Amino acid sequence: MANDLFNSFMKGPDEKGRFGIFGGRFVSETLMPLILSLEEEYEKAKTDQSFWDEMDYLWKHYVGRPSPLYYAERMTERLGGAKIYLKRDELNHTGAHKINNVLGQIILARRMGKTRIIAETGAGQHGVATATVCAKFGLKCVVYMGAHDVERQAPNVFRMRLLGAEVVPVTSGRGTLKDAMNDALRDWVTNVRDTFYCIGTVAGPHPYPAMVRDFQSIIGKEAKEQMMEAEGRNPDTIIAAIGGGSNAMGLFYPFLDDKDVNIIGVEAGGKGVNEKMEHCASLTGGRPGVLHGNRTYLLQDDDGQILEGFSISAGLDYPGIGPEHSWLHEVGRAEYVAITDKEALEAFQLCCETEGIIPALEPSHALAHVMKIAPKLPKDHIICMNMCGRGDKDIFTVAKHLGFDMSDTEGRTAD
Amino acid sequence: MTRIDATFERLKSEGKKAFVSYMMAGDPDEATALSVMRGLPAAGVDIIELGLPFTDPMADGSTIQLAGQRALENGMTLEKTLDMVRAFRSDDDTTPIVLMGYYNPIYNRGVDQFLIDAKEAGIDGLIVVDLPPEEDEELCIPAQNAGLNFIRLATPTTDDQRLPKVLQNTSGFVYYVSITGITGAAAAQAADVAPEVARIKAQTDLPVIVGFGIRTPDVAEEIAGVADGCVVGSAIVAELASGKSGDEVLSFVKTLADGAHSA
Repeated sequence: MANDLFNSFMKGPDEKGRFGIFGGRFVSETLMPLILSLEEEYEKAKTDQSFWDEMDYLWKHYVGRPSPLYYAERMTERLGGAKIYLKRDELNHTGAHKINNVLGQIILARRMGKTRIIAETGAGQHGVATATVCAKFGLKCVVYMGAHDVERQAPNVFRMRLLGAEVVPVTSGRGTLKDAMNDALRDWVTNVRDTFYCIGTVAGPHPYPAMVRDFQSIIGKEAKEQMMEAEGRNPDTIIAAIGGGSNAMGLFYPFLDDKDVNIIGVEAGGKGVNEKMEHCASLTGGRPGVLHGNRTYLLQDDDGQILEGFSISAGLDYPGIGPEHSWLHEVGRAEYVAITDKEALEAFQLCCETEGIIPALEPSHALAHVMKIAPKLPKDHIICMNMCGRGDKDIFTVAKHLGFDMSDTEGRTAD
Repeated sequence: MTRIDATFERLKSEGKKAFVSYMMAGDPDEATALSVMRGLPAAGVDIIELGLPFTDPMADGSTIQLAGQRALENGMTLEKTLDMVRAFRSDDDTTPIVLMGYYNPIYNRGVDQFLIDAKEAGIDGLIVVDLPPEEDEELCIPAQNAGLNFIRLATPTTDDQRLPKVLQNTSGFVYYVSITGITGAAAAQAADVAPEVARIKAQTDLPVIVGFGIRTPDVAEEIAGVADGCVVGSAIVAELASGKSGDEVLSFVKTLADGAHSA
């Protein structure tokens, strides 16, 4: 497969929006003309210096980029093996990597003359980022969020409302992230003329997976330069957590053709990847199918019906994964593993205790894998992990799982 | 010639517009769904659209979403949907059946196997919402080669430049979606639909059937009047969901069919 791409892993997608067999444009006809015009506008923007000048300015002055690359010295000592660096994307404005992409899409929406922005959100981080950038530009913003997530992520719901967004609790289906995405697509199909759909991850119909990857690639580009400055070479291993996979794709992409760099994606293993499907590990426990505009690995039953994921982390709670990850998995360029809720919670605590950083539950999954492999690796092995979000939003969930009594924060605990 | 083509020839010779009804396979349960389906031709339905339940019907409004959920909760599957068609075919070999749904359950079975099974069960055409012309190689072309019609949706956003691409591999009929939106939402307006149908008919000889937003016999008559026929889905599904008996639902279907046929 790599030969088809002239030995580069960075040439995808093809003109049909495919990475190997994955990706594509599986949408209804009503949306098809919009997706084609989005592709055209994005292709124009990509080579337009004024677009990137605007992005760079806002990345620097609004988001706070570049995010630091931080040597986690005490964690390294504690684990006693590989040298661990954290790419600090949790320090971005709004507390996660999500805003890197939102900024790009909203600037594009403005260029396309769209006045209304819609988004889906799971944990609420993408919703908050979208509401934030919409507030900054004075755009109307509607965020679809599963009713179940509205309950367990109350602080983010309030944030979005403070920022002027309308948050629509989604009760269709089972009221989770995938249902929120269905309802966002239903809104889009109804309001095609003035509305731009700001997708939060590297999934959906082409050009979204490639476009979101390109916007998030700032993570990997910076990490590469910063690692060169710190160590004079590439890291040996790069690691990121994966729900849909945007922070991971952002870190991985600039390293895809550096053959000596190991790439590891960490999926949410929930209660364990078993026949009960109480997890969100699409690559580890799913198989290829078509949902939300793309072909990719999905959690599904024998009849091709989509299953609900399960994870302690609302941000990883999605039954699919970006199509480029499915392709990297099949061609073997990246390795994908699963981490359970329990392991993620242990990593969460280790990070708090050793580094004074409260991580989000999503990157805690990546960190849990670092904890597994670092002790067995030599001291000159360099790991770079993407700390893609901070954990303020998760403290209630974590408190509940650790048995802390936070009853004075009624209604904010999970379930 | 498929049963769909034969039906349009008959309607043409009778000078009548087509009435197409939609129902979800297995909703509210397998037995009721089959008995309603069997009653549709006598109620005046010319073509039956049978919904294949899917967990994530992104082009459907809540009425059809919930119907799909009920069917799935009752254990409906692709195989049982085909069984329903087989049972229907045991005493009706003329009424066309169009299977309408989303791609994943079909992809999951394997396209080649699905086409063999669908043809054998007695399905005449397919409407797969999430397969635009850009993905024709997936199912559309193999289906045409297997002798099934592949019915494409044209929408208000399908402009003149794009229309030939949409019509290119369409067969049986063209399904014009009257609104930008989901099923069961805004009401279709004959004044908006008429020029759109004319625009499509300027580029194809296929019949143009209009669906989405048609709920009453009057609107069915109006819309069928400016096209070759119309589809009613959510309004029928809602009747079933309200707990009405099969006979009551079929009487409602008959009023809709009469509306369309009087156009």
